[in-house]
Amino acid sequence: MDTAEPVYIAGAYEHPTRNAPDKSTEQLHAEVARGALQDAGLSKADVDGYLTAGVPEHEDGLPSLTPLIMADYLGLDVAFADSTDFGGSAYMSHVGHAVSAIRDGKCDVALVTLAGRPRSAQQATGTGVRALTAVQDTYERLYGATTLAHYAMAARRHMAEFGTTSEQLAEVRVAAAHHAQYNEHARFRDPVSIEDVVGSRMVADPLHLMDCCVITDGGGALVVVSDAVRDELDRECVEVLGHGEAIAHHDAGRIDLTRTGAVDSGRRAFAEAGLGPDDVDYASIYDSFTITVVETLEDLGFCEKGEGGTFVEGGTLQAPDGDLPFNTDGGGLCSNHPNRGGMTKIIECVRQLRGEANPEVQVDADVGVAHGTGGSIATRHGSVTLVLGGEDR
Amino acid sequence: MTWEPRPSPVVTPENEPYWTGGLDGELRIQRCRDCDLVYVYPRAHCPDCLGDGVEWFVASGRGTVYSYTVAHQVAGWPEAELPLVNAYVELDEGPRLMTNLVDCDPADVAVGVSVEVRFEPSEDGAFAVPVFTPV
Ligand SMILES: [Zn+2]
Repeated sequence: MDTAEPVYIAGAYEHPTRNAPDKSTEQLHAEVARGALQDAGLSKADVDGYLTAGVPEHEDGLPSLTPLIMADYLGLDVAFADSTDFGGSAYMSHVGHAVSAIRDGKCDVALVTLAGRPRSAQQATGTGVRALTAVQDTYERLYGATTLAHYAMAARRHMAEFGTTSEQLAEVRVAAAHHAQYNEHARFRDPVSIEDVVGSRMVADPLHLMDCCVITDGGGALVVVSDAVRDELDRECVEVLGHGEAIAHHDAGRIDLTRTGAVDSGRRAFAEAGLGPDDVDYASIYDSFTITVVETLEDLGFCEKGEGGTFVEGGTLQAPDGDLPFNTDGGGLCSNHPNRGGMTKIIECVRQLRGEANPEVQVDADVGVAHGTGGSIATRHGSVTLVLGGEDR
Repeated sequence: MTWEPRPSPVVTPENEPYWTGGLDGELRIQRCRDCDLVYVYPRAHCPDCLGDGVEWFVASGRGTVYSYTVAHQVAGWPEAELPLVNAYVELDEGPRLMTNLVDCDPADVAVGVSVEVRFEPSEDGAFAVPVFTPV
């Protein structure tokens, strides 16, 4: 990326709500769009690119046409749009695609929005056996296989193959909860112990209730801008140094439950940035479940495959003193997961690189990673990695 | 740990032999004649070489547990049928297949245990759903 035009995230905004019974999903999109543009110091008229995915409340098995619905609702006039849908990792992909579009001269100010209301809609997000829509569902959901069951099978295999323990998985939740106590908007703010996590109700063996993320209403938005636009802004910006994508799947029956697409998305993102895991000061890691974090840390190269359980022991992930502070807003495990958590991963990474995280968990970070995992790691999922850099880097 | 009747699968010309096999007590899967790949789930093309030279054959119906979970909370699953054991079974022929383990004490299930296929009729009675039980 040495010779490529630098592209920046200029605006980031997370909706403060975790419960929005009286608002529509579209309304939340509009509120986060306004928040991110205000954060950047730009107006709606400046926006010439728009990226979004998923209107989960309206899911009926048909294409959601989300960018059309939302561009109409928001009154956007754009020259570039994208709706790549990798579930919760879609928003990392949107940032990467916005960077390419800006470098290609297709747009200068790209808006990315996410909103969801699974809490108010009382969706059985992780435990529901949904309708048979995808061609593969008839071989999977017919067996009552839920999102939670998929991740639990991954955890079981990781334990069987590498000796990973429930107590090691619990370390991930303990670190997230430690951070969440400083976040006034977090869904759950009470610190927890390893004993609390392994003593919580078993929902899908070997995953306990506290191994699972929260279900919240809310959303977030980002504004990605060209170098020229950034020069005109009176706002500290974060540079997008690298972006990598991968789709991992059932592979005709050769599926490996211990390996995620982060092996490939991370390698691609680091290569583009010209950096490696050792250069990373802060990591936002998609945390649908504790096992998601352990496998992702291995696959991004922060430790060897199979050593993720050992790696997270002893407060490695806890800010500000751990070796690799992660999810300092409390993450999806404790703070916010409006169906799709990738957006909030990017926002907290931006906060860290701008020095705007909660003071108790602010780390001295020049390089951050924001990684998304969308779908289910025991069937098929999108992995998308962003490497981001602060201005004083 | 059974769900009777089983929901009916979505049956297409591409996968019909898979869902009717159980009526004859057969677990039918596919192989590619060109590259020898043995694969699941059913497809009219080979997922490795994209060729259409694929054929059905009767698998042994035997395998081992690659991974599993004992699910205690499943929205939409009959309460009386919980806990439910979801599993990936690695067939002796190679591929890993998602399924349920039935007629067993969840405490006796472990990664690596040997299992054997059996079939449960679908809700409409026209098809059969492969599940596995420890042997
Ligand atoms: Zn072939």
